[in-house]
Amino acid sequence: MAPPPRLAALLLLLLAGASASAVRADLVISRADRKVDLTSHIVRVLTSLKVENVVSEPVSKVLLAFPNIQAKNLAAIRAFGTEGKVKGPSVVLPIETVQPSGVPPELTFFSVSLHKPLQKGKILHLDVLTVFTHSLQPFPEEITQAESQLVVFQDSSHYLSPYPVKVQTLSIRLPGGRVESYTKYANTKLVDSELKYGPFEDLPPFSYSPVIVHFENNNPFAVAKELVREIEISHWGNVQITEHYNIAHGGARLKGEFSRIDYQSRPYVRGVSSFRHLIARLPPTAHSICYRDEIGNISTSHLWSDSKKTQLEIEPRFPLFGGWQTTFTIGYGLPLQDFVFTSDGKRFLNITFGSPVEEILIEKLIVKVVLPEGSKDIDVSVPFPTKQWQEVKYSHLDIAGRPVLVLEKPDVIPEHNLHFQVYYKFSNISLLIEPMMLITGFFLLFVACIAYMHTDMSISKNSPSYLAKLQWDEVQATVQQIQSIFGQCLAVHDKLEVSLHDLSRTGDTKSCKAARKAADAQFKELAKELKPLLISLQSSTQSYQIWPKVEDLVAKEREMQEKLMARHSTVVDSFEKKLRGQDIENRIASQQQKITVLRQEVESLLEYLSEI
Amino acid sequence: MAAASAATTSALEPLLRSLRLKTKQQELLLRVSALALIYVLAFAVRLFSVLRYESMIHEFDPYFNYRTTLYLTEHGYGEFWNWFDSESWYPLGRVVGGTLFPGLMVTAALLHRLLHALSLAVHIREVCVLTAPFFAANTTLVAYAFGREIWDSGAGLVAAALIAVCPGYISRSVAGSYDNEGVAIFALLLTFYLFVRAVNTGSLAWALASAFGYFYMVSAWGGYVFIINLLPLYVLVLLVTGRYSQRLYVAYNCMYILGMLLGMQIRFVGFQHVQSGEHMAAMGVFFLLQVFFFLDWVKYMLNDVKLFKSFLRITLTCVITVGTLALGIGTASGYISPWTGRFYSLLDPTYAKDHIPIIASVSEHQPTAWSSFMFDFHILLFLFPAGLYFCFKRLSDATIFIVMYGLTSMYFAGVMVRLILVAAPAVCLISAIAVSATMKNLTTLIRTKSKSPQTTSGKATGSKAAAKGAVDQPLPFQHNVAIALLLGAFYLLSRYAIHCTWVTSEAYSSPSIVLSARGHNGGRVIFDDYREAYYWLRQNTPTDAKIMSWWDYGYQITAMGNRTVIVDNNTWNNTHIATVGRAMSSYEDEAYEIMQSLDVNYVLVVFGGVTGYSSDDINKFLWMVRIGGGVFPVIKEPDYLVNGEYRVDKGASHKMLNCLMYKLCYYRFGELTTEYGKPPGYDRVRGVEIGNKDVKLEYLEEAFTTSNWIVRIYKVKPPKNRS
Repeated sequence: MAPPPRLAALLLLLLAGASASAVRADLVISRADRKVDLTSHIVRVLTSLKVENVVSEPVSKVLLAFPNIQAKNLAAIRAFGTEGKVKGPSVVLPIETVQPSGVPPELTFFSVSLHKPLQKGKILHLDVLTVFTHSLQPFPEEITQAESQLVVFQDSSHYLSPYPVKVQTLSIRLPGGRVESYTKYANTKLVDSELKYGPFEDLPPFSYSPVIVHFENNNPFAVAKELVREIEISHWGNVQITEHYNIAHGGARLKGEFSRIDYQSRPYVRGVSSFRHLIARLPPTAHSICYRDEIGNISTSHLWSDSKKTQLEIEPRFPLFGGWQTTFTIGYGLPLQDFVFTSDGKRFLNITFGSPVEEILIEKLIVKVVLPEGSKDIDVSVPFPTKQWQEVKYSHLDIAGRPVLVLEKPDVIPEHNLHFQVYYKFSNISLLIEPMMLITGFFLLFVACIAYMHTDMSISKNSPSYLAKLQWDEVQATVQQIQSIFGQCLAVHDKLEVSLHDLSRTGDTKSCKAARKAADAQFKELAKELKPLLISLQSSTQSYQIWPKVEDLVAKEREMQEKLMARHSTVVDSFEKKLRGQDIENRIASQQQKITVLRQEVESLLEYLSEI
Repeated sequence: MAAASAATTSALEPLLRSLRLKTKQQELLLRVSALALIYVLAFAVRLFSVLRYESMIHEFDPYFNYRTTLYLTEHGYGEFWNWFDSESWYPLGRVVGGTLFPGLMVTAALLHRLLHALSLAVHIREVCVLTAPFFAANTTLVAYAFGREIWDSGAGLVAAALIAVCPGYISRSVAGSYDNEGVAIFALLLTFYLFVRAVNTGSLAWALASAFGYFYMVSAWGGYVFIINLLPLYVLVLLVTGRYSQRLYVAYNCMYILGMLLGMQIRFVGFQHVQSGEHMAAMGVFFLLQVFFFLDWVKYMLNDVKLFKSFLRITLTCVITVGTLALGIGTASGYISPWTGRFYSLLDPTYAKDHIPIIASVSEHQPTAWSSFMFDFHILLFLFPAGLYFCFKRLSDATIFIVMYGLTSMYFAGVMVRLILVAAPAVCLISAIAVSATMKNLTTLIRTKSKSPQTTSGKATGSKAAAKGAVDQPLPFQHNVAIALLLGAFYLLSRYAIHCTWVTSEAYSSPSIVLSARGHNGGRVIFDDYREAYYWLRQNTPTDAKIMSWWDYGYQITAMGNRTVIVDNNTWNNTHIATVGRAMSSYEDEAYEIMQSLDVNYVLVVFGGVTGYSSDDINKFLWMVRIGGGVFPVIKEPDYLVNGEYRVDKGASHKMLNCLMYKLCYYRFGELTTEYGKPPGYDRVRGVEIGNKDVKLEYLEEAFTTSNWIVRIYKVKPPKNRS
């Protein structure tokens, strides 16, 4: 199974005729060591160069060359340099793309600017980290469930440079496991899972000799086709992050059937190329973590947290085999004070750009920073170029909407997990707008209710039903007054009872008589009060149902008064005649019965009235 | 001491009496706050499923409702009305706008729009999930008003409280059960309440309101047929019992004419009000009322008994002849459609079993068992007859109505399990009358007893006894017995509340999409296989893939999997379902031809043999055979049985062991050990070792099986090249 050597052939042709004008003579690379890490699906190449100035003028720029075919997969490039014989602490050097004159268009050049020009004879240690995506081609492109995934990696065993290179080596770290084939040169060694080429000596500029490695790589090829990260700031104390993933397995496609029983019984043999979970490292203060998709919560996830980090193990609904994809959303809250700060009147958010998921390649990352409603003067600083624009988002109780700053970047890798800052102005008073709106809303609602209860909404003021309602209200008021009068009557009755009771204890007939006189006067007064009420009630047309009851009540009450008085006088009489208690009881027994019956009737009538 | 206390009470008396007005207000306050609490309770008790699982849509039909609501909110009402859904019933498709009751979706969409107008950015799913509890809470208010109308406000309050937690109603209205019944019971009770109110007052306004209530009901649920048959029956009963009045005339005519016209606006119902046999009773009673009115008028004008009698005879004969002729001609000419199978199966519980297997195959269409009555009504089952007694004791137009509603709906509840739902409000109202009347009697007893010693205080015991005897000859220990009975009633009611909460949390709050079981150590184990499979379909099959499965899963596949299905829960085309049934029960090569003709790409089966999930396709398989055999006589039920016994082990028939369904369920199952100490291929649902362990598939291949094997999806291979 030989991989297609198309790329290599093309490059060879091209470089054979590489124009001599592109060759640089100002610098010489005295040593170049390249370490290629192929353990994951993201290829990281660390190139350590020892650069020496061989011309008299100081040199301030170092050129790095890549074939276009590699450059288009280049996700990140970083350079660190130190000057001197021995390696000291290195500093980050700025890098930009350049197009020197006379170079073939098949090459892309980057230029590293030095902080201070390199003098003649001086040596610069330059470390260049380059990260490539999509550089591991699965071959074969379709495998069955039981097969493991083989990939092809291509590079040059010689360091491609516009400068002559004196000594160079290349070492390729493989993930372990089977190595199907690799390009063999004279000094090629495969030790454990490390493939070594070189050392090669004294090679001219633009030397190129292709290397192809075909090996087994079953690490998760987790590729997010798109990730939308929404960072929403609430000045009530929370930064809410919601990440919508659309993840696919970017490796060799699954061919044939997926057998659960095979996968279940020996998951690491039958299904070795698949992955079933991803790990996200969230900040230690993350809380309220949710994990869901379009059709609901996903119940398969685990969470560990300690003081350093919160680790979330995300298990999609099904294991991902090559070519399969899934979408899900994770969300978590972070405390505001850890991520939003103020500096000279402006607030700024300082948070990482990329995804918290480990070893994931994001083909398209959209970061949306949702600022609170009323934020102004929005400004952003990102350590790498992005596409930016602004949107408006409407959420709960928004009127003008929340300003949203959108940043878009293709091919994001873990190396892009750097902090970025969003500056904005926001006054704390704006915080109170929404609660005030709610309070006003409810207040108005209650006011409206009160107003409704107190206003007369009827259309016609002299329709019969309206008039009837008015009359009914009147009747009710009268009935209530009548009730209160009867209530007083009953109270007087009770007083009489009490006086009788006192009499039986003390034998003081005088006070008893006085009580009776007072009661008489009160009854008269009450009767006087009752009269106009009864007349008005009788005249009302609405009282036809109540009137007989009220009449009955008045009659019963009068009878009861008489009976009470009669009994009262009997008892007082007997006391004056000094009769025995037993005799008195006997004399009034019949009266007593009648009174009780009457009293109950009166009370039930009153109750009936009160129920109207 | 006693005297002193008597003195103070008598001194307090005027003070208390002067507070009379205030007690009245207090009563109002108590009533309003009790109602508010009931309202909150009715809403909150239905949230168990949200708390225990998540805010999700339950069961089968709600998924369709949710999908249509989503479409409605995204595309607007016009688009929704004209929606032709090509994702279901492939290759026929379905005119969704004309074949559904839009009430529920429109309600949810309006609520959603209202919330957005108030700038509350809620997702439509949350609105859908909470629609049923919201309407259940509103139903308690209607129940209160209804109870007040037929009895008194006390009965209304009790009715509201009972219906708030009644399991029979909760079963269809928990959060997430986004189904037509959720709003329909509200609409049903509202229509009845407004109609009774209209009959009681004779007011056109109330009759109009009830017509609109009826319109809402028609738009929401097919159960409106119950209203349009119960109301004429009620009118007929009133006529027969001599309770005809002008009020009834006004109420029924206005309600019927307007309700009919409004009901015709719903496309799915159309002209059924004048064309279908199920609606003819209402029309007949309408004409009868006119005749009655006319006769009444003639009687008044003639003022001669003899003349009137002969007139009556002539008119009646004419009317009956004309009516019968009209009905006969209408039916014969096909203008009036005969009763549908569903209607027949309601009147005759054995009808469906013999004639329409697809209706009989649904578990919720089975006749109700006694235990489920007890489960859903608890003490209401005993209070119901007591309430009927009170209703008969105080007969009025309103109580006659509730008695009729109660009796008819109880009958229907006995015929079909799902109709317990319709009976629930009636049972609650009638029971509330029983509770309220009993309580009132008991408390008055206690109150009068406690008063009498006060009036005769200070008197000797002899006179007290004499006085008591004179008032009303009380039974011995009346007071204590009343208190004991009251306590008993409280005990029963509290048991009811406990039972309802328990039933709600245990039985009615599971979404049936996510299954849960108790693990060995008592912890909860979740089987989320359905969503796993549907999401896999959604993500990893071509967007135009056609999925064949038994019709139960159709709605879920279209809603969650977003893929085209052959048949779904709408079951409007029996032949199409029978074709799927036939494919499932044929040999693989025959099935392959059917599947090719239907453009099927994937086949989905549900299998519980690994987890012990019993409502799987193997257990439903006989229904597939029956439904398939009903249309295609090639499929014969006895072929799948051995001596009339349904089995899957070695003793099963050859056809059974080799039909497509068996093969798809048990493919490679023979290699799996499901339970310790049992041979491989042991089916935990049927409790047997399967008969065909060496299943080979020729035309299909396994595409996906969920982690607990509950859902298995197979890919139909493309036809082989001819060479």
